[in-house]
Amino acid sequence: MAAAVPLAVLALLLLGPGGWGYAEPLRDSLREELVITPLPSGDVAATFQFRTRWDSDLLQEEVSHYRLFPKALGQLISKYSLRELHLSLTQGFWRTRYWGPPFLQAPSGAELWVWFQDTVTDVDKSWKELSNILSGIFCASLNFIDSSNTVTPTASFKPLGLANGTDHYFLRYAVLPREVVCTENLTPWKKLLPCSSKAGLSVLLKADRLFHTSYHSQAVHIRPVCRNARCTSVSWELRQTLSVVFDAFVTGQGKKDWSLFRMFSRTLTEPCPLASESRVYVDITSSSQDNETLEVNPPPLTTYQDVILGTRKTYAVYDLLDMAVISSSRNLNIQLKWKRPLENGYIHYQPAQDRLQPHLLEMLIQLPANSVSKVSIQFERALLKWTEYTPDPNHGFYVSPSVISALVPSMVAAKPVDWEESPLFSSLFPVSDSSSYFVRLYTEPLLVSLPTPDFSMPYNVICLTCTVVAVCYGSFYNLLTRTFHIEEPSTGGLAKRLANLIRRARGVPPL
Amino acid sequence: MAAAGAAATDLEVVRGKRAALYFAAVAIVLGLPIWWKTTETYRAPLPYSEISGLNALQLRLMVPITVVFTRESVPLDDQEKLPFTVVHEREIPLKYKMKIKCRFQKAYRRALDHEEEALSRGSVQEAETTLAEPQEQAEGSLTVYVISEHSSLLPQDRMSYIGPKRTAVVRGIMHREAFNIIGRRIIQVAQAMSLTEDVLAAALADHLPEDKWSSDKRRPLKSSLGYEITFSLLNPDPKSHDVYWDIEGAVRRYVRPFLNALSAVGNFSVDSQILYYAVLGVNPRFDPASSSYYLAAHSLPHVINPVESRLGSSAASLYPVLNFLLYVPELAHSPLYIQDKDGAPVATNAFHSPRWGGIMVYNVDPKAYNASELPVKVEVDIVRVMEVFLAQLRLLFGIAQPQVPPKCLFSGPQSEGLMAWELDRLLWARSVENLATATTTLTSLAQLLGKISNIVIKDDVASEVYKAVAAVQKAAEELASGHLASAFVASQEAVTSSERAFFDPSLLHLLYFPDDQKFAIYIPLFLPMAVPILLSLVKIFLETRKSWKKPEKTD
Repeated sequence: MAAAVPLAVLALLLLGPGGWGYAEPLRDSLREELVITPLPSGDVAATFQFRTRWDSDLLQEEVSHYRLFPKALGQLISKYSLRELHLSLTQGFWRTRYWGPPFLQAPSGAELWVWFQDTVTDVDKSWKELSNILSGIFCASLNFIDSSNTVTPTASFKPLGLANGTDHYFLRYAVLPREVVCTENLTPWKKLLPCSSKAGLSVLLKADRLFHTSYHSQAVHIRPVCRNARCTSVSWELRQTLSVVFDAFVTGQGKKDWSLFRMFSRTLTEPCPLASESRVYVDITSSSQDNETLEVNPPPLTTYQDVILGTRKTYAVYDLLDMAVISSSRNLNIQLKWKRPLENGYIHYQPAQDRLQPHLLEMLIQLPANSVSKVSIQFERALLKWTEYTPDPNHGFYVSPSVISALVPSMVAAKPVDWEESPLFSSLFPVSDSSSYFVRLYTEPLLVSLPTPDFSMPYNVICLTCTVVAVCYGSFYNLLTRTFHIEEPSTGGLAKRLANLIRRARGVPPL
Repeated sequence: MAAAGAAATDLEVVRGKRAALYFAAVAIVLGLPIWWKTTETYRAPLPYSEISGLNALQLRLMVPITVVFTRESVPLDDQEKLPFTVVHEREIPLKYKMKIKCRFQKAYRRALDHEEEALSRGSVQEAETTLAEPQEQAEGSLTVYVISEHSSLLPQDRMSYIGPKRTAVVRGIMHREAFNIIGRRIIQVAQAMSLTEDVLAAALADHLPEDKWSSDKRRPLKSSLGYEITFSLLNPDPKSHDVYWDIEGAVRRYVRPFLNALSAVGNFSVDSQILYYAVLGVNPRFDPASSSYYLAAHSLPHVINPVESRLGSSAASLYPVLNFLLYVPELAHSPLYIQDKDGAPVATNAFHSPRWGGIMVYNVDPKAYNASELPVKVEVDIVRVMEVFLAQLRLLFGIAQPQVPPKCLFSGPQSEGLMAWELDRLLWARSVENLATATTTLTSLAQLLGKISNIVIKDDVASEVYKAVAAVQKAAEELASGHLASAFVASQEAVTSSERAFFDPSLLHLLYFPDDQKFAIYIPLFLPMAVPILLSLVKIFLETRKSWKKPEKTD
């Protein structure tokens, strides 16, 4: 929109009388929450939840007026008669073995499951249109959902909210594992938040940090819930969740300490004025168990204990709406420090950039005697650009060998000699300590064969078929159009002459 | 023996030649057509000649006017001539390929008894309510009542009256040329109430060559089957302002009646939202003299873009969206005023953007800050806001302020804010615009299909094109016979069908299939087949020429 013209004309309209006040209490509320969990592996998980509750029946009101509830999603509910909608976009995989059980796991890629109201007549058509619109709202390739990847589960995926009947005819479920989640999906998700990313917990949602993680999962859950304890009427609940797992080694230079600023490169400055509850929970369970090995700064005013996912947990609670939390230092930067170093060693990891820079992983390890240490690195095979394939792609791609540089304790103590005087073969590496010597070992290079597409296949098929046809046709044509002569028997062929020659030599009359 | 051998050889040669010729014949007669048929792109026949005929279409817009004469309006001998019909036709000069003619068909008749009685009442409004016929007048038609020269129905200095419905009143005259003079007055009034050049020029603004005032005419939304209207309250500073607006009531009381009156034009849906922390794209300047902030006119175009990303596109429909934003400036920037080009503050503190919507800045009463601590509770004066938004809505729909002829009494709109003949003007404009859009779409589709032979034309695309052409012709006929409502419906149908044909994805199926790939595929087959045939043909040709030349030489 470029041009704007000031309005000069004001039509005097006969408008009816007005008269109103705060007629009804606010019908929608917002709660926001951040849970930070230090994971057993040394990584840190952060889970955001933003919950908007709206005491209104979206399916019946014709003109809809939105306040905290986002208009785009509200319109979807009323237009497609949705009962529940669950959409998650995930990058990476939650590794339960190292990270423990998740609050809410989601499959890698995009997952969408929807319960429609039983008034919907053509569920498949609504499902198709809905996935197209969601694709537009979240900038994701959900439009690739079609009948070939949609299922109707009958036992799992029961409604999570209020439900009268569960006729599975109205459920649709689809997963797109290929979907890549990126900033363009986060931005529309952030726009749905009432405080956008200007105040409250959503300030921390900075895309370049959130995607520099081992696991990123954002989700939208819409469901009807009870408005009150007796459940006389229905409210709509929108939960926006975002879970990330920060790689402690990449961001923390090998230390397990973290702070909000180090993880998100932001700190909390003010609560969202629209939120009725805004809290940060920090898991300090190991602190109470292992005799104060970690220290949280600033010290929490309250703690919260509960059994979560089968284990007893202790959380430090920071309530942003409590003035004392922020006003002391004008911003809140929660820091967690481990009091004693957990392990010695040094790990330096520099991730690769495609076509610019390779991976570098350096580890300083003290190996115990008579032990086998195994360092394994997982990698994914990628498809190259078609011009990047070598002329002989079957050979594969080389990964340069690993290097082990070691100071090996010597069996016998060598006596110190003058470095200049000693033979050349013994003075390659400088030796500081005579009780050990230096070795540098290299492993074999690794040959990786990448998948190679057959670029010429279609053309080969065409050429082969055409050649077969042409050869058949050619011989046929030749046979039909060739002029056949009746050859007059002349002096005879070569065989006859040869035979005669031999006969003459033998003295037999020629043929 | 030798002669028999030679004869047999000759026979063989002739047979070989004949076989080669048959091969060539089969390849040309059977092979080529089969290859051509199996590899050609399917192109259903289209009515090309009719589409090119649409460009030269003559639009006759007929306005049926019923003129009712009361007893003392014209001299008696003139009264004797009633009833009869007069047609006033003129061409509207526009730089457009379509010729548009405007035709006022005036049916003169005498007043019936109840009309006489109604027109003898004290005031014109009263007369109008009594005259209000049991059945509604058809869209596009007008009724003009001619009253006596000295009737007290109108104030003495007024010559005519334009009502909110499709009626008007004109003073008669006792004169020999009464019909001519009254006829001119009627045309004047009728033009104000129906078709004028301005209306049509605005409707065709997209199709007319650019000129200096056309940007002003491009203000109205393009014609569409429906429209979405979204009211958004922008509160960039929820820490200081807790803003409440009774938008539900306002929509019910003011917006809905207006849209119901407009319902013939399309479907409308209304919704509203509140957006927090949504800021304008321009930092307002501080004016120390009045200790207020202002937005200069030249910076207004930059205001919308950052807000727009927050507004959210309408997910549930494909209709164009009209946005109306009420902006409550943050505490640090209030009060905020909009300045016009001369630097004076705009009275309404609002501006609108063509084809997009309107923005109004709503300043919080400064007294509120003293009374309580932050956040301040703000109740929006919704009547003031809706007055501005409805005025902008009228502008964005292209309902211009009427040009009242001199000495004419003009009744304001009724409570819904729209006069019946204003709706007619809109329907005329929209019908003409739809026809222009549909013919342009059809013409460019026909051109495109003619130019690029790779495009597949499926049967359903072809049927949409036929439907669109038929709808354009029907709309033109209905316009010429004065049936505005059905003409509008037909013109909408024409636009829908023509655009469905134009944007059909099947048109693109084979578009990007380059010629060199075709050659690459066919050459391995064609080369080995064609070379022997051609060679033997050349050989046969050379031999026959030699055998023809031989007898000449012997002569």
